[in-house]
Amino acid sequence: MSLIDNLKDRLKVSDVEGLKKKAKAIKDIVSNKPGKNEAEEKKEEVPAGFIKCPDCGNIIEKKDLGKLRICPKCARLFRLNAKDRIKTIADEGSFEEFDVNMEAKDPLNFPGYPEKVKQTQTKSGSKDAVRTGVCTIGGYRTVLAVMDSTFMMGSMGSVVGEKITRAFEYACDKSLPIVVFTCSGGARMQEGIVSLMQMAKVSSAVARHSDKGLLYVTVLTDPTTGGVTASYAMLGDIILSEPKALIGFAGRRVIEGTIKQKLPDDFQTAEFSLSHGFCDAIVEREKLRGVLKRILKLHGYKKEAE
Amino acid sequence: MANAFDRVKIARKVTRPTARDYIEHIFEDFIEFHGDRGYADDKAVIGGIADLDGTPVTVVGIQKGKTMEENLEVNFGSPHPEGYRKALRLFRQAEKFGRPIICLINTSGAYCGVGAEERGQGEAIAKNLFELSHIKVPTISVIIGEGGSGGALALAVTDRVWMLENSVYSVLSPEGFSSILWKDPKRYKEAADVMKLTAQDLYELRIIEKIIKEARGGAQNDFGFTANLLKNSLEKEIKTLSEKDIDTLLEERYNRFRRFGEFTE
Ligand SMILES: [Zn+2]
Repeated sequence: MSLIDNLKDRLKVSDVEGLKKKAKAIKDIVSNKPGKNEAEEKKEEVPAGFIKCPDCGNIIEKKDLGKLRICPKCARLFRLNAKDRIKTIADEGSFEEFDVNMEAKDPLNFPGYPEKVKQTQTKSGSKDAVRTGVCTIGGYRTVLAVMDSTFMMGSMGSVVGEKITRAFEYACDKSLPIVVFTCSGGARMQEGIVSLMQMAKVSSAVARHSDKGLLYVTVLTDPTTGGVTASYAMLGDIILSEPKALIGFAGRRVIEGTIKQKLPDDFQTAEFSLSHGFCDAIVEREKLRGVLKRILKLHGYKKEAE
Repeated sequence: MANAFDRVKIARKVTRPTARDYIEHIFEDFIEFHGDRGYADDKAVIGGIADLDGTPVTVVGIQKGKTMEENLEVNFGSPHPEGYRKALRLFRQAEKFGRPIICLINTSGAYCGVGAEERGQGEAIAKNLFELSHIKVPTISVIIGEGGSGGALALAVTDRVWMLENSVYSVLSPEGFSSILWKDPKRYKEAADVMKLTAQDLYELRIIEKIIKEARGGAQNDFGFTANLLKNSLEKEIKTLSEKDIDTLLEERYNRFRRFGEFTE
């Protein structure tokens, strides 16, 4: 919650209770969790329409990031939500989305989960952490699934598992290739064992698609971790990655806790993954669409109108 | 009736019978095989071929130790990628020779460490899920202690998934769950209750097909009782599964996992 939201939230309840309580509320906010609020206050210093690049520190006008969301000063990749990512990959107007209305239920009756989903839906404008559909890329018809780290850290629950499974099944039925952009903090803990089972479900669908001799390209984006790494992210015939993306199985802090020492900065980066043999190539964001198009062409898929 | 965390405690008991205990009791002529042919022999995963009531089978287990020395050797039952790749090598060998596969699972999870990341823990688990999902022989997995997340699932994409009565199976430990979701590691008992990780809960959710009974207080109190029940059930079920033609088996396995998930649309 930003400082302003926090203030608004607290002050709302005191409307009828007088200035004294307002003053106390403000005092509470200032004294509460100083570290976090400090960081948020710093963010507030950046004028509206601008953003501070965490890598180079420059204040960048948001529109200068462009639709690829790349820092013009240092080439840092800002995270793209699924909707914006699709615009950078699919031919204009070609994307037909599947399962637009699919929403999470609450298999464990986990306290607060339905509310959390609702809140995130309102904030993000997405129903869950993936968008799937069919499109053309440079004229090549392909199924496309794009995960969204802005929705509960791209965590995989039933909706993510089901939509990606259906995307593979559709591609399998229509003999189409599939491209999946991964980004995820891992399993959706609030769905417990049901979220774990999504790893098996999707991997089974990947195997069926693969058994038909069809192409699956994975694009790893920041961050791809946990149960998504340990299932479909690592199952592409071809695995590409964006530069500097965090890619790993276990969380950095978990490992540091286990081994009781700090890990080097480049640990679990795309470059680390490439040098250890777990991805085929690192591709700059501005070149991804072109590379995907060439890969599709080289697999003998037929070109439709661009 | 034990509460969920009591089950977790029983599942983690150092005296709990291990995969090797069950292998020795249930199978005849067990010959152990080693190594992943790529990097090393991970002692957290044991496997080989054996005879089950006249049928040659491949058996793979995740092994915990009962003493500190044993546990250091088997890394407390947390496999590295080479452990999963050793399992996969044995699965493929089983497929080549038409042997049913039986997996005995007992792990708090796949190992989280530097070497494990360098050698692709995620890829190793993913590949096992993928391969098990369409391997052309009957497969049964049994959770005999802890079934810790992806590290357990990597041996459990099988035609049948069973649990011993006091074993647990979950996406994360109750301690981890309460730390992550409630930012309070002390609420692990409450976490165990809401997570639905007991054999009974998972049977009701249709995540597993069967619960194997244990003596009061846990299988260590009457090992023969549980081991015999498991032996009889495995003998019967391997026969049933072996009678199915392979396309039916694969279709049923696909649908077994396909139905998991709750959503509205
Ligand atoms: Zn920058």
